[in-house]
Amino acid sequence: MIDFKVIGTPILLRNIKKIDPESIEAYIETGGYEALKKALKKSPDELLEEVKKSELRGRGGAGFPTGIKFEIAKNQKETPKFVVVNAEEGEPGTFKDRIILENDPHLVIEGAILAAYIIGANYGYIAIRPDYTLAIKRLEKAIQDAYKYGFLGDNILGSNFSFHLKIKRGAGAYICGEETALLEMIEGKRGEPRKKPPFPPQKGLYGKPTVVNNVETLANLPFIIYYGSEEFKKYGVEGSYGTKLFCMSGDVSWKGIIEIPFGVKLSEIISLAGGVKGGKLKAVILGGVSGSLVKYDEVDIEVDYHSLGRIQAGPGCGTIIVLNDKRDIVDVCENIMRFFKDESCGKCFPCRLGTEASYRIIKKIKEKKANLHDLFNLERICKTMKNASFCGLGQTAPNIILQSLQKFKDEWLSHIS
Amino acid sequence: MKKLVDIKINGKSYLMPEGITILEACKRAGIHIPTLCYLEGITEGGHCGICVVEVKGARNLQRACITKIKEGMEIYTDTPLVRKARKTIYELTLANHKSTCPACQKEEPCEIRKIAKNIGLSEVEVELLFKEHEKDRSIINRDQTKCIECRRCVNTCEKIQGINTLIVDGKGFNSRISPPYNLPLKNTPCVFCGQCVVRCPTGALTEKDDTEKVLDALQDPNKYVVVSFAPAVRASIGELFGLPPGTLVIGKLVAALRKLGFDKVFDVNYGADLTIVEEANELIERIKFRKTLPMFTSCCPAWVKFVEEFYPEMIPNLSTCKSPQAMLGAVIKNFLPELENIPKDKIVHVTIMPCTAKKYEILRPDIMGDIDYVLTVRELAKMIKIAGIDLLSLEDEEEDIPFGEYSGAAAIFGVTGGVMEAALRTAVEWLTGETFSNLDFVPVRGMKNIRIAEIDIKDLKLKVAVAHTLKAAQEVLEKIKNKELDIQFLEVMACPGGCIGGGGQPIPTTEEILRKRAEALYTLDKNKEIRKSHENPFIKFLYEKFLGNYGSEKAHKLLHAKYSHKPNWDDIFNKSYEEICKEVLKY
Repeated sequence: MIDFKVIGTPILLRNIKKIDPESIEAYIETGGYEALKKALKKSPDELLEEVKKSELRGRGGAGFPTGIKFEIAKNQKETPKFVVVNAEEGEPGTFKDRIILENDPHLVIEGAILAAYIIGANYGYIAIRPDYTLAIKRLEKAIQDAYKYGFLGDNILGSNFSFHLKIKRGAGAYICGEETALLEMIEGKRGEPRKKPPFPPQKGLYGKPTVVNNVETLANLPFIIYYGSEEFKKYGVEGSYGTKLFCMSGDVSWKGIIEIPFGVKLSEIISLAGGVKGGKLKAVILGGVSGSLVKYDEVDIEVDYHSLGRIQAGPGCGTIIVLNDKRDIVDVCENIMRFFKDESCGKCFPCRLGTEASYRIIKKIKEKKANLHDLFNLERICKTMKNASFCGLGQTAPNIILQSLQKFKDEWLSHIS
Repeated sequence: MKKLVDIKINGKSYLMPEGITILEACKRAGIHIPTLCYLEGITEGGHCGICVVEVKGARNLQRACITKIKEGMEIYTDTPLVRKARKTIYELTLANHKSTCPACQKEEPCEIRKIAKNIGLSEVEVELLFKEHEKDRSIINRDQTKCIECRRCVNTCEKIQGINTLIVDGKGFNSRISPPYNLPLKNTPCVFCGQCVVRCPTGALTEKDDTEKVLDALQDPNKYVVVSFAPAVRASIGELFGLPPGTLVIGKLVAALRKLGFDKVFDVNYGADLTIVEEANELIERIKFRKTLPMFTSCCPAWVKFVEEFYPEMIPNLSTCKSPQAMLGAVIKNFLPELENIPKDKIVHVTIMPCTAKKYEILRPDIMGDIDYVLTVRELAKMIKIAGIDLLSLEDEEEDIPFGEYSGAAAIFGVTGGVMEAALRTAVEWLTGETFSNLDFVPVRGMKNIRIAEIDIKDLKLKVAVAHTLKAAQEVLEKIKNKELDIQFLEVMACPGGCIGGGGQPIPTTEEILRKRAEALYTLDKNKEIRKSHENPFIKFLYEKFLGNYGSEKAHKLLHAKYSHKPNWDDIFNKSYEEICKEVLKY
């Protein structure tokens, strides 16, 4: 069981360890599916307005406004439409979706039904990585129970709205967390990103309008619909409303999930997790290994989109990997690039070859066999990947390396012979 | 009429139709953008990233091949950022490609080198990245150490032929282009059409090279080496010697072949005439005796293998006639000894083909031994160059008789619709019992993927269809299966445009080049005095002297074949090529 902590009142983790995750009755007792009942009495337009007013942003990493995504899909004339729950949680150091899926599966299912009602979708998939076996088991039970209670299926709760939900197990590739690759995967094809535009809300699964949402994003919907956007906006700060789950790992005394409202300082989160272990703070990898590198002198910063934007960072998918001063930055970068070279799908040249080439150079640098010329090549290749890769994977894969080349330049140079 | 949008390319304003790509817009504006994975009309690309451009306001560089233009778009094709990105990507690409340039089978001009020149790359600074793989040798050789995974072959196999023999396997740097489970190509349903070979920018996909063996045979004093060349060869070989596409090269080709040391130079067109009389005869029999219809042509070995592999229930529809190459092979090996008074085992028969599948065809049990080597057009050009023969300065010579004479009907065998037209010229006359002077069946001509025509002459009504590319053929077969299409005769050629676009033809093959090659063959037909196969005097001679009647028992034994769903290829392929040669040539 993943440990967890909460600052303030939780939205996402409110039921965790309090109810039996395999019992729909327990979920209903705590007010579960009340948001759905309330929603079915309103029109999708009203609900869409509420989501837009809440200014909820996608929690998968990109932070796209959820309401706008829904609106684009809702305005499409083509049918059927689809809702896809992205539970292909693959970013190293991220396990926030898992804690929700394992402990409160109905929260996500309810969120998915609400999203479907808003955009007018009748079918949905939960695309989940295959090694989340407990989550899959509990989701299967939860979906069965939801059908029994009439929350899923035809004519939900006597309305004329129908929604069917299925689980789709992936094959565990990191690229399948990218929304269009995820859609390819559901269609039974090789998991590779598609060309954008058209975006999934325009042409998604099987060419039909589709919203692909992260588990955590959808878990916010029941709260927003039930309590209203005003209540939701009491959490967080301007531009970044609500709460966010952060996964603590690395050189930190306590590892687990923390739910905090946006606006809490990064340094505060680290000290809540017992502080740095094994040395002094060197840096934080924020928002996943494709995210950003926050140096020790920058951690005194509020965690929200606006504040972090000032240091070219972002909350991303909510990963905080703490590095102490005993860590070698080249070693860290080698580790990251090894991951990306294995997980690149191979579709585009800059990513397929760039990850491999930069991994080899970093390795050479680590072994102190490299010269300054190699370092220039590394920077050149990383910049090209960032500029010319086909999808987000290749574009963000060199993020940490490029930032460390700036922020820890001397350390890189000390490896050069 | 499409809406026009206002865009800027490198600061200049243009009005362009909405919905076209940046690549297309730049082309219209006269700006060349280098591409690698993009194949016009087949695949939109998006893989290599060589074509990136800067678009004002965009977060990243945009791929010109897949990005559509929008009102007000400002495109920059030659900024330092663009140049740097292109160079870096291409450096990585070249590091990924094992260059063995001097000994590469790929013909000049090499596309890989050309792109390097285009983007101004002069040095590869990054460490070499290629992986060593074992070579896969069969009719088509695969060398993955040279492969840069541009996926042109994958897209060709999927979008032109609909077979998907070559796929992407694995992920990231460990991905590779291979048949499923990395099976050797010979153990897959690959039909060896060679379209992937024609489109591969590297030497990763090449045809089996037989030039060395042919040169050896030519030097062997105990061998009597006979050569015959296919209908489509004469329309394309000139391109490899600097002539414009569509130039007919016959007399000089014959002279060059004699110079190379071939004892006799025959023409597969003779085999084509022979195929037509047998095939027309078979069609008439099928119609008269209400046997399986529609009848499918069987000249294209890739198409025949396709039916055997994917539509075994339709094998009875395939004409039992062997292909022109195989018929000529049987005739030469069986009758030339008598005509020329040479022992049969001394004869070595080499054919020049626009095709890679023909290399596979000669290994079929019915045909094995009749033809010893098949060379593609590219291989022949290479041989002529190795021998130091200046093709263009040679005096025209004529083919040897009797197997070098042909009709206009045979001449068009190399174009899609040509076999159909040739067969109709004979079948219509035989069915109606009358002689016609108008011989052009225009509705079966053209480059549309599927063409359906009705022939209505006197009380004869025939409905026929012509398809080229196997993807189009699949469509027709599905329609026939679902009883949506009722025809009597179907012609299929596996390659786009027919043999003129074959897998053994000069590279590149564009639509424009195809059209010119087709024109050349139709002109040849028009200028021929004899334009019907059954009027070829040497066909008549062959039947009178050796075969008896059309479709006789002897003709059936030599000129017709059997097909089966599980061809016992394994047996053949398990032996080495040398072993097969030994068996066939009795070395």
